[in-house]
Amino acid sequence: MMISPSHAPKAAGPMQARDFDMYSNNGGTTLAVAGSDFCVLGADTRMSDGGYGINTRNYTKLCKLTDKCVLATSGMQADTLALQKNLRSMLQMYEHNNGKPMSTPAIAQWLSNTLYFKRFFPYYTFNVLGGVDDAGVGCCWSYDAVGSHERCKYSSSGTGQQLIQPLLDNQVGHKNQIRAIEVDLTADEAEDLIKDALTSAGERDIYTGDYADIARVDKNGVHLSKFELKFD
Amino acid sequence: MELPNRGGFNFDYSVRNESLSAKTGIALPKAKKTGTTIAGVIFNGGVVLGADTRATEGPIVADKNCEKIHYIAPNIYCCGAGTSADTENTTALISSKLALHRLATGRSSRVVTALTLLKNMLFKYQGHVSAALVLGGVDLNGPQLHTIYPHGSTDQLPYVTMGSGSLAAMAVFEARWREGLTKEEAIELVHDAICSGIFNDLGSGGNVDITVLTQDKVEIKRGYDKPNPRKFRRERPYEFPAGTTPIIAGSEIKSFLEERITITTLKPESMEI
Repeated sequence: MMISPSHAPKAAGPMQARDFDMYSNNGGTTLAVAGSDFCVLGADTRMSDGGYGINTRNYTKLCKLTDKCVLATSGMQADTLALQKNLRSMLQMYEHNNGKPMSTPAIAQWLSNTLYFKRFFPYYTFNVLGGVDDAGVGCCWSYDAVGSHERCKYSSSGTGQQLIQPLLDNQVGHKNQIRAIEVDLTADEAEDLIKDALTSAGERDIYTGDYADIARVDKNGVHLSKFELKFD
Repeated sequence: MELPNRGGFNFDYSVRNESLSAKTGIALPKAKKTGTTIAGVIFNGGVVLGADTRATEGPIVADKNCEKIHYIAPNIYCCGAGTSADTENTTALISSKLALHRLATGRSSRVVTALTLLKNMLFKYQGHVSAALVLGGVDLNGPQLHTIYPHGSTDQLPYVTMGSGSLAAMAVFEARWREGLTKEEAIELVHDAICSGIFNDLGSGGNVDITVLTQDKVEIKRGYDKPNPRKFRRERPYEFPAGTTPIIAGSEIKSFLEERITITTLKPESMEI
């Protein structure tokens, strides 16, 4: 009879403290679409315990940093809170020292530096920064956990990223279509697309659902709205 | 030389698979699990079985409307949680064995027969067949409800739940079950228990399927409740004009069937003795 690996005798060794996993992923999906004079961000509000349970149905992943900039973060919400605290305090100091709010591109660079600062014990956060720059042009940056960032016209992150990114590539980036009519989206079209994308992600990803926050950023400021996703 | 077929599982590759996945970092393929909330309740004169309809592969929903209540015999049905392939094939195998048994004995099947066949098979596979079942049926001894665990143990109870949503469903049962439920009360209770699993367990979702078994008939209520319709759909459809996808090369394959089929009408003949 073959002995399967799980029944093989374990080697005796020095007594060890039980390992505990410092990170957990609370799940959820975020995305942003930037246009010529706006940026629309969307994020679901479900927070799970990393397994099959729900911690809460109504926890926002969006954080308004200035009137022209919103940060959407998925990943571990404990690290997100710490990161947001860090960012908000830095933004206040900048405004006091420089007499004006920090511009969105400057915040984008600063976020990257903040994340890389903890390169060897990272913030388990997957960020998407969206807003308008000082000229009023829409912009969006996507990040990895340690600060690698890239400015782009659209981006998604989180557990539904792999479901949503190809849709954005096709509908916003006009990819994989020959002779596509390359018209830029209006803010309303971008918002409809984001709602459709989040709804579709909610169908197939168990960690996405409940409610979703939409933030529309333009020269007039940040407008927040909410819509319903499935509860199952 | 052909080795005799010993049956059971062959673990010869398990060490090699583990070391390969460790060396190359490529993950071993995962079996599709059903996540799942399944439940059953006995009432005056019968059994109500209920199940959700979500099948998951890790965190992704593979099937939003799969069937988890399986036919075993005309008077016996079985809900399955665990690995989809295992529940499908186990219930189908025992259903087949019971059909042959009915022909051999000339009698309708008993629930305990299905129970014994299922538990003996699962015990033989030492838990490697990951099937957790809720077996319900009505036979000459009246309505019966059992649970069967992957390792082969069984319980007989008036109300049961299994699957990742079993705690959510059992919470509803423990609050509201009582002896002597009517059929309508039992259906409502099972429906509420499954809904509790659907909404509070991430591994369960979709619709509520109900099956009601009584002495004389079976009512299959597939899609008894659909509490999760899609909430938003963009008005503008996603349209792609012809020519969107570049055609690199093409060839036409003509159907050969039309030339081969000849239609002959046979005269009915009496059977020769």
